[in-house]
Amino acid sequence: MATRQTHRLARLMMTPSVAALLLWMLVPLALTIWFSFQRYRLTNPAISGFAGFSNFSFFVTDPAFWPAILNTLLIAGGVLVLTAGLGIGLALMLDQPIFGQGIVRILMISPFFVMPPVAAVIWKHELMNPTWGVFASVSRFFGMEPVNWLGSFPLLSIILIVAWQWLPFATLILLTAMQSLSEEQKEAAEMDGANVFRRFWYIILPHLARAITVVILIQTIYLLGVYAEIQITTGGGPGFASTNLPFLIYNVGVLGGNIGAGAAGGLVAVVLANVVAIFLMRAVGRNLDA
Amino acid sequence: MARAVSMRRKLTMTVLVWVVALIMFFPILYTIITSLKTEGEAAAGFSMLPSFTFESYALVLDQQDYFRPFFNSVIISIGSTVLALLISIPAAWAMAFTPTPRTRDVLMWMLSTKMMPAAGVLVPMYLIFLNTGLLDTLLGLTIILTLVNLPIVVWMLYTYFKEIPVDILEAARMDGATLPKELVYVLLPMAVPGIASTLLLNVILAWNEAFWTLRLSTTNAAPLTAFIASFSSPQGQFLAKLSAASVLAILPILLLGWFSQKQLVRGLTFGAVK
Repeated sequence: MATRQTHRLARLMMTPSVAALLLWMLVPLALTIWFSFQRYRLTNPAISGFAGFSNFSFFVTDPAFWPAILNTLLIAGGVLVLTAGLGIGLALMLDQPIFGQGIVRILMISPFFVMPPVAAVIWKHELMNPTWGVFASVSRFFGMEPVNWLGSFPLLSIILIVAWQWLPFATLILLTAMQSLSEEQKEAAEMDGANVFRRFWYIILPHLARAITVVILIQTIYLLGVYAEIQITTGGGPGFASTNLPFLIYNVGVLGGNIGAGAAGGLVAVVLANVVAIFLMRAVGRNLDA
Repeated sequence: MARAVSMRRKLTMTVLVWVVALIMFFPILYTIITSLKTEGEAAAGFSMLPSFTFESYALVLDQQDYFRPFFNSVIISIGSTVLALLISIPAAWAMAFTPTPRTRDVLMWMLSTKMMPAAGVLVPMYLIFLNTGLLDTLLGLTIILTLVNLPIVVWMLYTYFKEIPVDILEAARMDGATLPKELVYVLLPMAVPGIASTLLLNVILAWNEAFWTLRLSTTNAAPLTAFIASFSSPQGQFLAKLSAASVLAILPILLLGWFSQKQLVRGLTFGAVK
């Protein structure tokens, strides 16, 4: 058939998408690199010219820099552990025959549809507030002193909020994978005398490897960029206790008006994302080939 | 006997699972309850029994100019999704029906653009928006959300289109169908469900996007994400009102989400988990 013509048409059909994404990838990145070597202040046009590596040294010597790197990784790591771990548990439970499965699924998936600012508002004002919050009421009920969650454990609180938002995602994907496990395989293992734990460890968990990998890879993309939750709940504080990299870049680059240093911070974020991506692909990527 | 045992087991599991599900849903449920309290009740501490007043909703809808951010959210989430679909449908179509050895690479490359952290390119995007007058405009936000979600849209459509059997085209051709007829009567009906689920999921993602929408809008184009973020700090004390605003912001998308949850897994994992 008219293969050459078809292929030319196919290329034409792909051009808008490829061009848009190419521009979207290259232009901002090129500009980030360019600005990171420039003196550029939003508030003072007199400062200009080649900056050498001074923007980078300015950014990495910011007292918030190392806390921000650590917090970025802790948020991503903490949420991944919580969502993957609890997600497997919840998926195992949902896989059992129960009454009202449809409604249960809807209740469980709901937090995923809550926009981050609303999730932050709910947890900050309704749940974690040390005076009228639900957690404080529970503490008082058990005769304990209410905990000031966001003040005393800001990073842990943010991890809990973000994990609440992503747990449904992990659960739903793991459940879908679990349901594709053939009933016969499970029964065969049961008849061979494998107990619940052995069945989980040798049959279910290996079957979930691919789904767990997908959960980790997709969530990581979003978790390295957690932003709204921090802005609304703690504002990055107290001190730098809950400042992550995106938050620091905005503070330095846009609020501080130091475009050069903000761009340098942006490059740090790009490098960090790539390091994490390479690490993850090495660690779990082979599960995807299967 | 076996039946009785499994029945008891089913009941136990039902109770257990319902408890867990209600814990997960509790923050949303409690926000709905608080939104139906008076401010006095809301500040009084934990209580599951509101006086079912709608005065907070009336206040939010009345004073806070809720409708502008609401329609901004509607415009940018639907606008960016439609725009992304228009660009993606031909591309996904081409890759699904005339794959070349490079198709896989192109798809992976598209996905890899999602690995670019938004914060990494915030500074130049902010400047571009500042200098082109796109800052705080609906057009600007629509463009950025289109680009952010474009790889996901292409991937989702690709996985749906790939499942359309190509043989059926041959059959239609044998029966003398011309290309336009082939498109309208054979392919379109089979492609519509995939396009519809892609549309739904991406409206949800765009509605909830809260980095670019917060950073590139101030007042005129501010969607609900920015509205809630700004509403939160000064209104922290007015818990019932804040809850009402929150419920209004998430309700439409919650309903859409419930409606489309069956397609969710496929879409979100780019067909890697079915």
